[in-house]
Amino acid sequence: MKTFFTTGKGICIVGIGIGITAALLQKLGNPPNMGVCVACFVRDITGALGFHRAGVVQYIRPEIIGFVLGAFASALISKEYRPRTGSAPIVRFLLGFFAMIGALVFLGCPWRALLRLAGGDGNALLGLAGLVLGIGIGLYFIKSGFNLGRSQKTYFSVGLVMPVIAVGLLLLLITRPELKTGALFLSTKGPGALHAPLLISLAAGLLIGFFAQKTRFCTMGAVRDAMLIRDFHLMKGVIGLLAGAFLTNLIVQQFNPGFTGQPAAHSVHFWNFAGMLLAGLAFALAGGCPGRQLFMSGEGDGDAAVFVCGMVAGAAFAHNFAIAASPKGIGPLTPLFVGIGLVTCVVIGFTMRKKI
Amino acid sequence: MMPDRIDARGLSCPQPVVMTRNKMDTSKSCSFEVLVDSGAARDNICRMATGMGWDVQVTEDADECILVLSKK
Repeated sequence: MKTFFTTGKGICIVGIGIGITAALLQKLGNPPNMGVCVACFVRDITGALGFHRAGVVQYIRPEIIGFVLGAFASALISKEYRPRTGSAPIVRFLLGFFAMIGALVFLGCPWRALLRLAGGDGNALLGLAGLVLGIGIGLYFIKSGFNLGRSQKTYFSVGLVMPVIAVGLLLLLITRPELKTGALFLSTKGPGALHAPLLISLAAGLLIGFFAQKTRFCTMGAVRDAMLIRDFHLMKGVIGLLAGAFLTNLIVQQFNPGFTGQPAAHSVHFWNFAGMLLAGLAFALAGGCPGRQLFMSGEGDGDAAVFVCGMVAGAAFAHNFAIAASPKGIGPLTPLFVGIGLVTCVVIGFTMRKKI
Repeated sequence: MMPDRIDARGLSCPQPVVMTRNKMDTSKSCSFEVLVDSGAARDNICRMATGMGWDVQVTEDADECILVLSKK
């Protein structure tokens, strides 16, 4: 059914809206060049629950909660709530795991790569180049028959799992329990301590989730469709995001061009490239960027929810095993695990091909 | 000879589009059906097919959607 939101103009306006919102969230307290970063924010939630011990990146990000609940509401209203699961869940978990490892080597998901570029961080160009190449490799597999198999319709309640988890996280954030174990773990310094007011962040997340579900906004899909079928529909949303964030950054004086000293970023060019290469390949094989996976999990897609769980595990592992990069550079085990991730994705790509 | 109906139910993007595109490129008939069960797949196929000059008729029921693609 054609609606305004499925037109090129619709997705472009939503992209601009996301860009402006992200830049304003930074102005209101979110970390610089990190207005909305799906990978970083899922990592922060992972830390707040105590699954990793990096004390500077622990906070329950209301934006992520809003993404899931906004998409859930939109899907319910437009009758697109469709509980489904069973398309190679454990492989999707692995792809989520390694996508997160790749993203944390670059220090951002594709959304943040665009926001970093819009803030003047030249290192983002290396990440975006890696992302495009990773998606290109994924397309090679897709063209040669790669697929994760069909999902099956399932019970109404199965699709509620992620929205209910999102409500649970919101309750944790509001009540902020203080247990002897140290939970709830909330950063007192570093990026995790920087956040916009809760209600504003939540409202922003809800709005983005609602409209992104309607438009099927997806950064990975934008590159994939442009390369695969010369379809630039989703790309209009991505360009809108970049333009919206860039212009807002100029207006509120958040634009600082350069490669060095950029916030929550490093300048090890090869690993910025290689991290996003891994992430891009994993996103392409899983059929969506991390934002899209969250929106689909809100629509009732249990397989996308498993991908998100993989991202949580990947974030915990990346920080506990010194794989995640920091502004000082990469960790000692970064090369090993980016290599393992790439080999894993290539094996998945080669071994899951058949004519449907 | 490929069947004149593609069943893309349960498949995630971009598989439904890839299957439809392959059929458009190889089909000798002027019309075929695609069965999908997600709004994203329906929208993507409609956009691609109309962009390539094909006519698309959409019939929806509760969970599924039949797209009839015809060469103009």
